Amino acid sequence: MKGSIIILLFFILGLLAGIYQLLPEHFLENDYSLYALYLLMFLVGIGIGSNKKSLQIIKKINFKILFVPLSVITGTFIGVSIFALLQNQLNIAESLAIGSGFGYYSLSSVLISEVASDTLGVIALLSNITREIITLLLTPFFARYFGKLAPISSGGATAMDTTLPIITKYIGSDYAIISVFSGIVLTILVPFLIAIIL
Amino acid sequence: MIPVLLLMTSGIIVGWIFHHKTIFLQWISKFTNWAIYLLLFLLGLAVGTNKEILSNFDKIGYLSIAITLFAVAGSILTAWITYHLFFKNKGVENER
Repeated sequence: MKGSIIILLFFILGLLAGIYQLLPEHFLENDYSLYALYLLMFLVGIGIGSNKKSLQIIKKINFKILFVPLSVITGTFIGVSIFALLQNQLNIAESLAIGSGFGYYSLSSVLISEVASDTLGVIALLSNITREIITLLLTPFFARYFGKLAPISSGGATAMDTTLPIITKYIGSDYAIISVFSGIVLTILVPFLIAIIL
Repeated sequence: MIPVLLLMTSGIIVGWIFHHKTIFLQWISKFTNWAIYLLLFLLGLAVGTNKEILSNFDKIGYLSIAITLFAVAGSILTAWITYHLFFKNKGVENER
């Protein structure tokens, strides 16, 4: 939660700097974000590849565990597709791309603003932050009424780190490994799915 | 988009090779955080100079929350089905 507040703070800082034109002209006209994004993707890759938990999980893997991230993707896509049919602000591809963030708001927002538009990037940011907040707040309720996989599913990509503590508290530590696994798979898939959809 | 995917994939390989270098990885993790902060600052900057987004911010906010409710509801439903089909009463530990 602390992490997301800091990130939101930087977004707001940028927002204010943009509104009040606090930065030199040439900085506003040039878009440096693509290079920063390239750097971030490389760093994110190192983080995933070096994750000791993911190496342990691969050794113990049971194919059944693959159904968890698969059901998160299927369910999210069904949900956002229904949403796309109910309103006319976002079409189906845009809705699927936003859903493909799976709570990983920092990466999905930047990627989507790069390939589509800044407007869509902001929606991805707010939507995926909301997904994390919903998971943090409603995990006890989800676990009680929708089974032990529900909080993992709601958490999406965040189930491997930011929402993991609360999830394991309510569904038990024997499910922690499934939570981490699902989160890692979804984290890796975020850029690929966005690239395919948009 | 292809460079993005290639960079992440090569990052995964680099990370896998150096997964025992704790100090290197701590440094990478800090660096990753700052790259994220920078990018979100730049996204904020792009939004702050975009009048169309600013004048529709409330609408964008409602839209974001609404789509998330559908995304979460859908994934909870499929998670509930998956849980009852494959996990409930079947254990996690002993079947690995």
